[in-house]
Amino acid sequence: MTTYLRECYIVFRRQIRMNLRNPAWVFIGAFQPVLYVLLFGPLLEPLIDQFGATNAYTFFIPGMLVQLGIFGAFFAGFSLIGEWREGVIEAERVTPAARSSLLVGRLMRDELQLLVQALILVALGYLLGMDASLGGMVLGVLLTLLIGGACAASSNALALTTKSEDVMAPVINMVMMPVLLLSGILLPMTIGPDWLVRASDFMPIRHVVDAVRGAFGGDFASSEMFWGVSWSIVLFAIATWWGTSTFRKENA
Amino acid sequence: MIHARGLVQTFQTKEGKEKKEIRAVDGVDLDIAEGEVVGFLGPNGAGKTTTLRMLTTLLKPTAGSATVAGFDVVTQSEEVRRSIGYVSQSGGISSYARAGEEVMDHGMLYGRTKAQVQKRGRELFDELQLDGLWNRTAKTLSGGQKRRLDIAMGLIHDPTLIFLDEPTTGLDPQARANLWEHIAAMRTERGATVFLTTHYLDEADTLSDRIIIIDQGRIVASDTADNLKAEVAGDLVDLEVADLDRVGEAAKRLGALGDGTSDVEIDGRRVSGRVQRAGRAVPGLLRDLDANGVTLDSIEVHRPTLDDVFLTLTGRSLRDAEAATEKPEETAPEGMHQ
Repeated sequence: MTTYLRECYIVFRRQIRMNLRNPAWVFIGAFQPVLYVLLFGPLLEPLIDQFGATNAYTFFIPGMLVQLGIFGAFFAGFSLIGEWREGVIEAERVTPAARSSLLVGRLMRDELQLLVQALILVALGYLLGMDASLGGMVLGVLLTLLIGGACAASSNALALTTKSEDVMAPVINMVMMPVLLLSGILLPMTIGPDWLVRASDFMPIRHVVDAVRGAFGGDFASSEMFWGVSWSIVLFAIATWWGTSTFRKENA
Repeated sequence: MIHARGLVQTFQTKEGKEKKEIRAVDGVDLDIAEGEVVGFLGPNGAGKTTTLRMLTTLLKPTAGSATVAGFDVVTQSEEVRRSIGYVSQSGGISSYARAGEEVMDHGMLYGRTKAQVQKRGRELFDELQLDGLWNRTAKTLSGGQKRRLDIAMGLIHDPTLIFLDEPTTGLDPQARANLWEHIAAMRTERGATVFLTTHYLDEADTLSDRIIIIDQGRIVASDTADNLKAEVAGDLVDLEVADLDRVGEAAKRLGALGDGTSDVEIDGRRVSGRVQRAGRAVPGLLRDLDANGVTLDSIEVHRPTLDDVFLTLTGRSLRDAEAATEKPEETAPEGMHQ
């Protein structure tokens, strides 16, 4: 086990080093949700009563967290394609290191990056008047890390399967658009017509958004919390299984 | 050190709506002894890289078996990986990474400590004339420096068996010659077994103790370069006859050399044909021609090239085969078509 963790750490450390040397993407990734909070958040303030909430940022920051977790992490695979093209993946795969550690090390990087971005977002929300308990924020960030990890693992698996940015980009777009529109990230689904609410019931991410929102609002015992936590765990488990099996595959 | 029996690798491709199976490697047998430097020669798409990827556990054989350094490539793949060094065509160094850090990280994935890989990495940088480049990012290195860095990475854990996939492709002649010296040193100074794929005839000729020629997924020859040239192609003897009337006689005498079955070509006053071990046969030929009243303006003996060997074995020139062949082996084995 210690050998495995050491291998994960070596991969993680290398990835972090590379990111710090080229931090543009980290800043761009964090800057986008910050812009949303600063430029879109004020638009919600006069409407917040209609959403059944009292504080615009307590409502909005959780949605932004999940968006960050999904959108940021889903692009992780693009850097993997670059590494594959330069022979890095093959060079790593021919070492005795466990092949799943090559993914886990990269996921650790993605999760750390996401955690830093999430903390920036929460701190910003707090400064803007967000009203959430510490426990709620911790749970919300944890759920974000789970769903972000699931997306990062899927993205890496997809990258190693397709090995092409040209294939990856439309696939991600195809997945992301309905996720964004049916998850209630920007506006609550409850203000929509019945058929749209029903459609969003089938979108797992919607339950995750509701759960994170519930956590920030201090509502830990709701059925939404149960479904959100369950979906986060299930999606994380499925995605990491897919990712590790793709990295383990003899012929990848 | 390497033993393979009946190695097969097939890939599925689509032509329109039809699925088609390609046998990239079609029943390859290999026996490579410890300390040998073996050149695996063939045109692009012949199956070189696919064979290499199976031997280095990057690709699971469709059929057949192989042991590398005493371990089975399928059931003991981790032990195989621990025993070998591998330098792929694409290298393995990220453009934005620092040279020394990449080599150290790679060595640590073999279980070496930071101190061990730092010490060994510095030694290798010195040996491979990379001193002063430890903190440089890979994208600032020249092609030759980057290739030597790839080799340093492949040697960081001191393997005794080294696989090199097209080690000098894309390098200028000076960088190639420089890299050849380093590859030769792997055997002379480290006693390593080296298995290198190449489609460069001169590279295989210069570096290898033994050459294995692969074409269309099958081994067509395996011997030293000298033996292959002598046994398969023979030397080319080129006569320029002084008197046009005596050309027929010259052709008859040249054709009668050796086992008497050589094809002789006549082009004006020039007569040429292949002769086994011409160095021994030509003095007798000259006496014979002189005794029969054939006067020569010139005689030239050309040693055969590996291209002649390939031509004799396959009916195609290696260069022609290269131009005509696409490169399925470089793209197909990466997994998605499997």
